[in-house]
Amino acid sequence: MYTVKRKTLKMQLRWSINAVLICALFLALNLLTQNVLSTYQNKVLLLVGINMILAVSLNVATGYLGQLPLGHAGFMAVGAYTCALFTKYSPLPENLNGLSFALGLFLGAVMAGVFGILIGIPALRLTGDYLAILTLGFGEIIRITLNNIDDVLGFDLFYGSRGLKNIPKYSNYWTVFLCVVITCFAIHAMMKSRHGRAVLAIRDNEIAAESCGIQTTYYKVMAFSFSAAFAGLAGGLYACYLGVLDPGSFGFMKSIEILVMVVLGGMGSMLGSILSAGVLTILPEALRSFADYRMVIYSLVLVLMMIFRPGGLLGSYDFSLSRIIEKAMNWKSTGKEGADQ
Amino acid sequence: MKKLISRRQFLAAAGVVAAAGVLTACGSSSESTGAAASTAGSTAAAGGDTIKIGMLAPLTGDVSIYGLAVSNGAQLYIEQVNAAGGINGKQIEVQLMDEQGDATQAVNCFTQMVDNGITALIGDVTTGPTLAVVAESQEYNMPMVSASATAEAVTYDAETDTVYTNVFRTTFTDPYQGIKMADYAYEKLGYTKAAVIFQKGADYNEGLAENFELEFAANGGEIVASESYSEGDVDFKTQLTTILNANPEVVFCPNYYEDVGQILAQAESVGLDVPFLGGDGWDGVTGYATADQVADSFFCANYAVGAAPEFESAYEEKYGETYPNGFAPLGYDAAVTVCYGLAAAEEAGLEPATDEYKQAVIDAIKNGTIEGVTGTFTFDEHNNPVKTAAILAFDNGAAILKEQY
Repeated sequence: MYTVKRKTLKMQLRWSINAVLICALFLALNLLTQNVLSTYQNKVLLLVGINMILAVSLNVATGYLGQLPLGHAGFMAVGAYTCALFTKYSPLPENLNGLSFALGLFLGAVMAGVFGILIGIPALRLTGDYLAILTLGFGEIIRITLNNIDDVLGFDLFYGSRGLKNIPKYSNYWTVFLCVVITCFAIHAMMKSRHGRAVLAIRDNEIAAESCGIQTTYYKVMAFSFSAAFAGLAGGLYACYLGVLDPGSFGFMKSIEILVMVVLGGMGSMLGSILSAGVLTILPEALRSFADYRMVIYSLVLVLMMIFRPGGLLGSYDFSLSRIIEKAMNWKSTGKEGADQ
Repeated sequence: MKKLISRRQFLAAAGVVAAAGVLTACGSSSESTGAAASTAGSTAAAGGDTIKIGMLAPLTGDVSIYGLAVSNGAQLYIEQVNAAGGINGKQIEVQLMDEQGDATQAVNCFTQMVDNGITALIGDVTTGPTLAVVAESQEYNMPMVSASATAEAVTYDAETDTVYTNVFRTTFTDPYQGIKMADYAYEKLGYTKAAVIFQKGADYNEGLAENFELEFAANGGEIVASESYSEGDVDFKTQLTTILNANPEVVFCPNYYEDVGQILAQAESVGLDVPFLGGDGWDGVTGYATADQVADSFFCANYAVGAAPEFESAYEEKYGETYPNGFAPLGYDAAVTVCYGLAAAEEAGLEPATDEYKQAVIDAIKNGTIEGVTGTFTFDEHNNPVKTAAILAFDNGAAILKEQY
């Protein structure tokens, strides 16, 4: 059995298959948004994309790193306000709006990542409940700071609870799609790299990982700020989607909402996060016609899920097209023995 | 053991069936709304006999108490109009959607309504979601009337000095209340020396206090003391003593009723026995202050019990309870305003849901005089209502309508 040589796909081939599929998906969805979907459905589609980025990024900290941060909305707020302020007061000329949006998103992600490092260094000395409470506190600090900073420092920049208005609405179908692809790709690539393996090792057994020479603090902070940076990216998209920001929308419940998506999808499964972000964004909208019962149905779905699939929709299963193709290629030669990874 | 497993399997199967049922149900419902949206366009184009309007309110969640009052009040009026034969023979069809006090959901609901072909919008209720919907509504030039969003930014953008021409409201704004009470104190009650005590860091309280001070001084009065406190403070004696030493004739106290109760009691204990004035945050102060403490005090509100008895009895008849708070009459008036605009557009013979129709609604409201239950009002250059405030006095500790001012 060990002598059987497994047929594998070349790396270039795998890449090109995926690239082609993504392009096809983009074009198919593009046709759909322009011809089939109504304005409302397009809006919901954008939200689905934004929530996908949030869920996938939180999945890095919960699923891969194995921590329980409850301050994801805080990072989102940092990114949202950074991007909103940059695009609003952008020094670039009118005809470079696209560039200013891209820069705004980038800065939002970087700023959120920096906050991720700042909060990660003290927070990741703790684990479990303590880390949850610390990050929860952090999220609230961000929200309350945004609410009051103008009054305290005496300028008009964030506009607190009055709401930051006149943010240019740059977010559209293809920018959100591109950001989702970038996020998934970056996280996937990171997790398949040496750094990603180190992160997984820390999740599975921190002491064992440390004894193998993995710098646990470094990798924990890295994964944490990585997760924060993409939350910032999602925040930037959100700001330019809604056009108005109000710190109240980045409260504790927003963090919980994102966490529910990750848990429901299966911690450690990127496809799970993506699917459940889609389902949990569309479900409340689709159930709107049920009026009063919709929150009951929504909660019921969550309860049933947790009873019958406590590991989430997909558990820790992650989808890989190449793996399936390889499995099919090896089916005949190895009989029932499929490819292991 | 075997039994246990089979029961489990049964439960799992039941769960799956239930979930499938839910999913197919919502699948079909969304299809039907999609179909409704497309037919709506064609019937409207063919000059159908309904006019579609949207209504946005938080019907569940933290602020649902306001949302329910507004939507009940507004629906009451629409029902009355429909019962009386509608506008120009056309029935008004209301699409009511729950946004749970959330800006993102409010925008989603709004776009869905636009897809369904609404011509005007009643809403939103609280300031945050309203701002988001206002930003979105610009694209469609959708006439919208908020019953209760008090922030100035809802109709006027100070940053760019532009008025959102399509947005109106029926409640008066925070600054307006301060101005009203300053005028009332100086001109009607004849006070010339006033003091102010307000909570710092809150838009509502600061807005009222600041505008009261400016207007009172502009009238020729003198502000002898302006004291503030922070959220959560329970001891106001220092501020009240300062006010006492400044020797005012009246104290303006634009705070919410819990604080007002404490302030009144402590004013009594430091020997400050001048009348107090307040804004609509005083609504409900009755249980918090004795008759003695509120003697000669006044506050203003959008609506006072007994101002429009027909409205109150109609509300009670429809919903089986007395109207819950001042938001219900404001919701009613928002509906009155929208219908006023619709009537004018119908008179001009336009097709609902067209751009001209929307513009006609906006123009009519902008230049019209609306007769609602909270008073008769017109709109100023910032689309805020110019109307009388109900001044409430205290009779043996109970708030009663004194006059419209």
